Amino acid sequence: MKTNMEICLNLITPFDVIIVGGGHAGTEAACASARLGARTALITHNLDTLGIMSCNPAIGGLGKGHLVREIDAMDGIMGRMADAGGIQFRILNRRKGPAVHGPRTQADRKLYASAVQSEIKNTENLKVIAGEVADILIKDDRVEGLELSDGRQFLSGSVVITTGTFLRGLIHVGAEKISAGRIGEMPAVKLAERLQSLGFAMGRLKTGTPARLDGRTIDWASLDMQEGDNPAEPFSALTEYITNRQIACGITRTTNAVHDLIRANLHRSPMYSGDIESRGPRYCPSIEDKVVRFGDRDGHQIFLEPEGLDDHTVYPNGISTSLPLDVQEGIIALIPGLEKTKILQHGYAIEYDFIDPRELKATLETKRVSGLFLAGQINGTTGYEEAAAQGLVAGLNAARFAGRLEPVIFERHQSYIGVMIDDLTRNGVSEPYRMFTSRSEFRLSLRVDNADQRLTPFGLQLGCISSKREKVFAQKRVDIIAARSQLNDLTVTPTESKAASFNLNRDGIRRSAFNLLAYPASNWEKLINVWPELNAIALPIRRLIESEAKYTVYLVRQDEDIARLKNDDDLSLVELHSFDAMPGLSSELIQKLKLIRPRTISQARRIEGMTPAGLLILSSVARGKNMRFKTLHAANMGAEFA
Amino acid sequence: MDVDKDTIFALSSGQGKAGVAVIRLSGSHTRFVFETITHFKLPRPRHAYLRKLYAADNSVIDSALVLFFESPYSFTGEDCAEFHIHGGRAVVQALLNCLSGFEKCRLAQAGEFTRRALKYGKIDLLQAEALADLIDAETEAQRDLAIKGQSGRLRREIEDLKQTLLDCMALVEASIDFSDEGDVTPELTSYIQQIVDSAQERLKKLIIGYDTSERLRRGLRVVLSGPVNAGKSTLINALAGRDVAIVSHIPGTTRDQIEVHLDLNGWPVTIIDTAGLRETSDEIEIEGIRRRSEAVAQADIVLNLCPIGEKHTSIISIDSDALHINIITKTDSAPYLNTEYLGISAKTGLGLDALLERLTLEAQRLMRIGDTPVVAHLRQKNGLLNAVNALDKCKDVITFPELLAEELRYISLTLSTLIGTVDNEDVLSQIFSRFCIGK
Repeated sequence: MKTNMEICLNLITPFDVIIVGGGHAGTEAACASARLGARTALITHNLDTLGIMSCNPAIGGLGKGHLVREIDAMDGIMGRMADAGGIQFRILNRRKGPAVHGPRTQADRKLYASAVQSEIKNTENLKVIAGEVADILIKDDRVEGLELSDGRQFLSGSVVITTGTFLRGLIHVGAEKISAGRIGEMPAVKLAERLQSLGFAMGRLKTGTPARLDGRTIDWASLDMQEGDNPAEPFSALTEYITNRQIACGITRTTNAVHDLIRANLHRSPMYSGDIESRGPRYCPSIEDKVVRFGDRDGHQIFLEPEGLDDHTVYPNGISTSLPLDVQEGIIALIPGLEKTKILQHGYAIEYDFIDPRELKATLETKRVSGLFLAGQINGTTGYEEAAAQGLVAGLNAARFAGRLEPVIFERHQSYIGVMIDDLTRNGVSEPYRMFTSRSEFRLSLRVDNADQRLTPFGLQLGCISSKREKVFAQKRVDIIAARSQLNDLTVTPTESKAASFNLNRDGIRRSAFNLLAYPASNWEKLINVWPELNAIALPIRRLIESEAKYTVYLVRQDEDIARLKNDDDLSLVELHSFDAMPGLSSELIQKLKLIRPRTISQARRIEGMTPAGLLILSSVARGKNMRFKTLHAANMGAEFA
Repeated sequence: MDVDKDTIFALSSGQGKAGVAVIRLSGSHTRFVFETITHFKLPRPRHAYLRKLYAADNSVIDSALVLFFESPYSFTGEDCAEFHIHGGRAVVQALLNCLSGFEKCRLAQAGEFTRRALKYGKIDLLQAEALADLIDAETEAQRDLAIKGQSGRLRREIEDLKQTLLDCMALVEASIDFSDEGDVTPELTSYIQQIVDSAQERLKKLIIGYDTSERLRRGLRVVLSGPVNAGKSTLINALAGRDVAIVSHIPGTTRDQIEVHLDLNGWPVTIIDTAGLRETSDEIEIEGIRRRSEAVAQADIVLNLCPIGEKHTSIISIDSDALHINIITKTDSAPYLNTEYLGISAKTGLGLDALLERLTLEAQRLMRIGDTPVVAHLRQKNGLLNAVNALDKCKDVITFPELLAEELRYISLTLSTLIGTVDNEDVLSQIFSRFCIGK
């Protein structure tokens, strides 16, 4: 693949791919592009902020943990970085089924950022350039490179823009407004204007962050503490053990006194004074939102998350706010355990421009400018993991674009990454988009325990997997097969199993270890009581097999659904150049089809207002399923669609 | 052939000679065709005009009442026209020939008008099924059933159920995706259990109505049974000859199975005469007896005939829920007085009125549809049954939210398929195969 790429690359351009921005999308994009062998440059304002966490010091979570594992399966960096920086690993939803487990870790900010920086430095084919982008060079609707504000120009085969909240970023604290991309950093105004001049549909979103506290002034002794899992389960298939010391987080709650104070000062919050009109995420509300919308609750939970092992900064998760400084101080002083706590940095809300992601193809290339890719918060998402996953997709595709190779598409039934890209490019966003497990209709199949099984083979095909991971993956495959057959070969009668506290029907039927694992109340510990030799099976493999056992029936159904979907919904509509000529489609639907340009029937199905009739027509034209439609197909392909 | 763009036409009234025949036209070329054959510009939509219809050589085909329906205010949702012409075979044929002469105009396929109406959202799948029933309705009660089916009540009930389950799904999903937030109520099980139970109740109520509706749709099956020479054929001939509304008189699939369709006070009743019961080695007769057993198994009512003076042997035991009425035949000489048996004489007509009265009563009892939405088709019943079973599975996995969500999703899909908001080519094909051209 690498040699292919080298042959295909346009040798007169100094870079094949340029990435703008060094956040989670930018660094992931840069590494992905470099892994494919493309000569890659990453341009950032400040080399020291590479891999910085602007908001909460944590990676993963519900739905998000899936993204991290999938990025890792494609040999991306986020999983390994989180393992290097993680200081409290927990599987969320552990008591629920394996399909909805959410691996998460608190991260030491410094450890995380320095891991990213050293990863970037040590990545072959990747060069970091400090500077501010002033202009995108475009000729005939095709990107040619970038110009920096110091006048330097860089030519490239493709460009990926990952500017996060920097596009015309505006920080609000009470009535105060500061132009900034993050606190203390300049916004990207020229770039926003340039994108606007290209005709991209843009909108404005809002997000917020809480005050940072001085941990030395928190009364930890009075608080409930939450420990991480022991042992910690790493994100990356390449990480054997977590070596960082693990910490606990504190838990406290807001009180009625806090709520009263907020109510009394609501008019001073830019969210309610009318200063901010843009939409924030419903599922990550500021504390003033919570009080307004759920005022009947007597308290809202706050996690006190240390930002590092040798850092006394504490992130109070759950009370992001844009209230003025004096109110922020008042709130903190009223919270149990924080009565004497000092604020190190105030909370704020930030408004920023985003590009309507319906402007993008499933490769994250813009439809207007070929070779121009967008990834991360600029596309209306929120979260490091969502950003990184887009970075991966954009980086891979930008490199392949520069090398004139076929695009790489992540499908809905294959990964959460595919779900997100599909949701974004098809539906657009009305609030910052965050991943949830409920966004996937194939949740039971797309699990954290099989992310590598789903995606690493895909990565190997593309050539973005290191030889180290290839070996680890191959070994794991062998181990999985061995473990499966071991579990099927070990059998036991109901009476024998009773010793290990299994309570089975005494029907005399021998059951395999795999069968036993399928029982709701069963787990590996019980199995090991019966067969001590199973203790030798590694944790990631246990997790995978347990899911397979518990979901057997459902996985068969989902596989059938996926097969049907592939037959039907994967039907490509790409070749339908005109929707105007389609008989029987309403003009409203034709407008939507033109705007959204669904690539497949499955995408078309989810267009708002799409009718069964409309789908029938689309699929008929695209497929020619039966005789009647075959002729229709042929006729139309000849006439309108050729 | 460019199917969807074709303008389709068909004779919508009955085949054969009649006073008036109606030919219907639907599709984008309707306007052009209309103006061309009337030699007039398009009239006001939904108003009737008297026009001459001209063939391609400008000769007059007929003078007709013509109507134009402008999209989307038409049965199919497309531009439509109706030509009410004189119902002679030659007239009809001449107009059909004339229409075929137009480019991109062709004779409609079975059910194609309705199919287009479905496509354009003029009706839903349940209504399409009820429409077919309406066209097939032969008695008053059947017509009433079809009209109730068209009312959309079943769809509304199903949509309402779907909404309830979607609300459930939202709660379950929230308990999965926001479990790390302090604010989500963790205890959903009993609440969901309640909703699932009540949804199941509602579905079962709908299903209960199916047997009645289905019976009404196909007609009450009354099978005559009894030994050879018990007078079965005589009885059926007597019934056929009576002054009740005889709908038809069709020989059965074997030489010895005969069906007579009666309309008893609006209730559709089919009397089936079967092979007599006796030991035999005649192959054809054995086959007849086998079919008789089959007919009895599917019967709603079995009339168990026995000539007077012979021992009344009950029919051989066959697994059937049918109501058995014992009848003593050939009571020609004297009225037969016994509360247990109904005595009839086909020869004198004695007791026949009493038998018909009894059948009418039973028909009413077995086919009266209640006030619940009408579920009249096996497809509908099976869809509802699938949903009921899936709700059972919900209960099994109620403490496993990710599986519960999966089952709820499945139910929602099942219900959508039922209404027809999910494409399913097989379902559509099956349903539309029931239509004949022009409906």
